[in-house]
Amino acid sequence: MKLPIYLDNNATTPMDPRVLEAMLPYFTDKFGNAASRNHPFGWVAEEAVDYAREQAAKIIGATEKEIIFTSGATESNNLALKGVFEMYKDKGNHIITVVTEHKCVLDSAHHIEKLGGQVTYLPVKPDGLIDLQLLEDSITDKTILISIMYANNEIGVIQPVKEISAIARKHGVLFHTDATQAVGKIPVDVNADGIDLLSFTGHKLYGPKGCGALYVRRKNPRVKVTAQIDGGGHERGMRSGTLNVPGIVGFGKACEIAMQEMATESVRLATLRDKLEKAVTELEETYVNGNTENRLPHVSNVSFKYVEGEGLMMAMKDLAVSSGSACTSASLEPSYVLKSLGLNDDLAHSSIRFGLGRFTTEEEVDYAIEVTKKAVNHLRDLSPLWEMFKEGIDLNSIEWAEH
Amino acid sequence: MAYSEKVIDHYTNPRNVGTLDKAKKNVGTGLVGAPECGDVMRLQIEVDDNNVITDAKFKTFGCGSAIASSSLATEWLKGKSIDQAMEIDNMDIVEELALPPVKIHCSVLAEDAIKSAINDYRVKNGLEPIQLEKSHH
Repeated sequence: MKLPIYLDNNATTPMDPRVLEAMLPYFTDKFGNAASRNHPFGWVAEEAVDYAREQAAKIIGATEKEIIFTSGATESNNLALKGVFEMYKDKGNHIITVVTEHKCVLDSAHHIEKLGGQVTYLPVKPDGLIDLQLLEDSITDKTILISIMYANNEIGVIQPVKEISAIARKHGVLFHTDATQAVGKIPVDVNADGIDLLSFTGHKLYGPKGCGALYVRRKNPRVKVTAQIDGGGHERGMRSGTLNVPGIVGFGKACEIAMQEMATESVRLATLRDKLEKAVTELEETYVNGNTENRLPHVSNVSFKYVEGEGLMMAMKDLAVSSGSACTSASLEPSYVLKSLGLNDDLAHSSIRFGLGRFTTEEEVDYAIEVTKKAVNHLRDLSPLWEMFKEGIDLNSIEWAEH
Repeated sequence: MAYSEKVIDHYTNPRNVGTLDKAKKNVGTGLVGAPECGDVMRLQIEVDDNNVITDAKFKTFGCGSAIASSSLATEWLKGKSIDQAMEIDNMDIVEELALPPVKIHCSVLAEDAIKSAINDYRVKNGLEPIQLEKSHH
């Protein structure tokens, strides 16, 4: 077993060697510009892009003409929100999204507000899922878009996508989903799920960074977006810029592998995740954040009360995990996602996200369990809050000196 | 964030972890920070008849820098007189531990914990608490 152990697969995944192998020729021998229609170098590149487009379409049940390659999910989300707003703003200026979305969705929504749009930010229930009734009640005759992520990056909860799309359809509103964390991990099908626009990216599914896609529905309804990057009119005019051929080839290959292995891999990861979670929650005052029924198979977000997340990560020095505590930022604000669940700041400061992946082994999980338990116990021995808790002192009764 | 070796050393082998009897008249206790802010530091001093700190203990809930800052503070407190202890400045801690700018807060907390423990001791022994500068953060 090699240290440190990588358990931060929601942030990014290592590239699968099979993906790298597929990409390599496109850096050197097959280096053509896919837009060069007049010689074989361009044809070879174009053919590779076409094939990757099919692979990327297949994993979400789309057709290849519905895939717009981008630089990643951040760009896809920007294009979806801003592009739909600009295209349909004569029809209405209202969009609906959720407080637990990724920053790039929330910031795109803020940008739209500056352009005169109205945005409703739906809250979530304590389990991280949205209230469908509230969603429907928020729709007005000005609503043009609902943007709700498929699965959350911090807690892994999977939103009721089919129910959301049914509501959107009923009211004639477009439905975009940021499926960055879901595609390749769980079955996603744009038709069965009723999705009109969908963002995903290569580096979350063992492909390269810097290459993603936006799915834009072509039929029932035909969706259009206004380009955010102008130029040579690539990607049917929706996203100009010379195609990142090696990246696209890798992205396609990564989609193909993920699709083939998803069924067995998700079972394997859920088993490992459950083992990890069961073991660490044997510690007292330890809580799993978010809905545990509807969530990704490889994610577990756990709050260890009375220890602080960043201090904890330091004690788990051979484990690469992520903390919901934002002690490293100047604001010292804990995760807005965890706070949206109604977690108190102290619990939000005390959380760790474990993100397992394709290359995670059982041996590594066993090691992670041991390290985590040891670290939590060590820090609780150091924690005045733990001591007070053990003495039965109500921490809420203390008048804290705010800093 | 890459920490200095000194932070990691104090974090891994914290000095003077523990609890003194806060009911004792010659023990001063300072509890600063708040759980919501992600840092709570408790620092205690035991003082002899000559106003010299003979023992210091801490417990801290917080990040690595907060733990290291309080651990270092207890080391510095031992053997100092109350007056000398009062002069410990948070920037001395920043310098000693090479804390990055975003972690200066942790050293401020340690300085406040020291002063708060001293004042607790003073009040217990019938002395006026020393007026502290209003928080610098």
